Amino acid sequence: MEYFVQQLINGLALGSIYGLIAIGYTMVYGIIGMINFAHGDVFMIGAFVALITFLVLGMIGITWLPFALLLVLVVAMVVASVYGWAIERLAYRPLRGSFRLAPLISAIGMSILLQNYVQITQGARVKPLPPLIQGGFVIMENDGFTVSLSYMQIIIVALTVILMIAFSALISRTALGRAQRACEQDRTMAALLGINVDRTISLTFVMGAALAAVAGLMFLVYYGVIDFFIGFLAGVKAFTAAVLGGIGSLPGAMLGGLLIGLIETFWSAYFTIEYKDVAAFSILIMVLIFRPTGLLGRPEVEKV
Amino acid sequence: MNRPLLTVEHLTMRFGGLTAIDDVSFTARDREITAIIGPNGAGKTTVFNCMTGFYKPTVGRLTLDRGDRKFLLERLDDYQVAQRAHVGRTFQNIRLFPGMSVLENLIVAQHNRLMHASGFTVLGLFGFGGYVAAERAAIDKARYWLDRVNLTERADVNAGALPYGAQRRLEIARAMCTDPVLLCLDEPAAGLNPRESHELNELLRFVRDEHKIGLLLIEHDMSVVMGISDHIIVLDYGRKISDGSPAEVRSDPAVIRAYLGEDEDEAKSAGDRA
Repeated sequence: MEYFVQQLINGLALGSIYGLIAIGYTMVYGIIGMINFAHGDVFMIGAFVALITFLVLGMIGITWLPFALLLVLVVAMVVASVYGWAIERLAYRPLRGSFRLAPLISAIGMSILLQNYVQITQGARVKPLPPLIQGGFVIMENDGFTVSLSYMQIIIVALTVILMIAFSALISRTALGRAQRACEQDRTMAALLGINVDRTISLTFVMGAALAAVAGLMFLVYYGVIDFFIGFLAGVKAFTAAVLGGIGSLPGAMLGGLLIGLIETFWSAYFTIEYKDVAAFSILIMVLIFRPTGLLGRPEVEKV
Repeated sequence: MNRPLLTVEHLTMRFGGLTAIDDVSFTARDREITAIIGPNGAGKTTVFNCMTGFYKPTVGRLTLDRGDRKFLLERLDDYQVAQRAHVGRTFQNIRLFPGMSVLENLIVAQHNRLMHASGFTVLGLFGFGGYVAAERAAIDKARYWLDRVNLTERADVNAGALPYGAQRRLEIARAMCTDPVLLCLDEPAAGLNPRESHELNELLRFVRDEHKIGLLLIEHDMSVVMGISDHIIVLDYGRKISDGSPAEVRSDPAVIRAYLGEDEDEAKSAGDRA
């Protein structure tokens, strides 16, 4: 029982990170109907920017942790947003209106480019960050096995919940959110109502990138090591999460992220840790076969 | 006579070897209803598409004169036609946002004003007063138009669930929410029953007289065209064949020929000429 609860906590923390990345996939898919395969690498860039900012702050002597974390969060979100915006502008917008596969290929190219760029500029070796936030609560203790809930896990889940609420409000209540939903349903008509469709799409990428940067920072602080390749696996798992939840659906992305996090954690705990990725991707295959619209997705209506 | 609102000069649109519009010039005046009629394939919708940034005309100039400022429509991007020149448009086939409520469809049409009021969303997120007031004004305006098109009770229904006639009315209300100076309607009466098309006439007259804007409509339903138009332009095979008041157009031999076909001698001589 204690073991189960502990895995549940670990799974929720991991799932929150996947969920935040998955939102970027799902929002972009919703608005332009393409999978942004470079999104995982924006997450990786976010983690690297966070690491560099931590080091810089340490050098100039800002060490009060809450302030440093907030500063790093803002810097990582801003820099990743610029990347997100630039990727859309350079790699996808020129191909809009081209055949469907073109932006997808462009996205894969962009992903490879970003990985290699970070590998060259930052080196291929694993980068460590000393643990910043330690300690936590012991919530259960039995037969020498303790169930602990670390402060870091609390921060991850709480921040994710806050961001999710903020984003749901943004999509459902604000003019920008309405414009995004309008573009999603009929881009031509949205333009005729005076909505700048290109800008709305850019902002969608920016929002997705900012969330991925938050996930990158969480990943960095939670695991303490990053390298240029983390974006690939995390990206593909987040994509799986988005498909599982129903691609295009915001709550679906979050639910999918949590489920993938839980499945992966429980698989590692009760079966074999080597096959945890296999478990996650088997889910992807099964969802695609048996329920292609995902858990919360709407059946796709082909537009004519 | 009212001042010219839209001036189309020498508009030509070619798609490869096909000339869809051939040197068409006309004027649509402020506070008047101008109808573009013509047989199928005459190029009516293409004129609209050139105006609203879908196509870049091969030749020609489309000037929208708002009184204080002039806009060359062919140089504006699609969203600027609504945002800056304030030209509203509806489509032949209904293009509401089916997944949004009726009210939201009308509010999304007021996007630009809300974006400005919300400081491009940033200030709005923190609940700044200007945004709240702008949002309230947007809802008031939406309610006003819902009232006009008898959809107040269905404000919270998904737009896709409305019956056909109601969707047509909602489209016009939505276009009006963009504050147009010129409203372009592509076959607004298509598929309406006689009672509904009578209501449409009333609505269009109301828009012209109370909101003091110009309307440009493509229409096949002659009871609508002859009933409410101040001015009619007739296109056939991409050329303008007649232009004038309903009475003038109705008696124009060129129009009668285009609609009813020419008699045999004329057809033969036309064939010889070609």
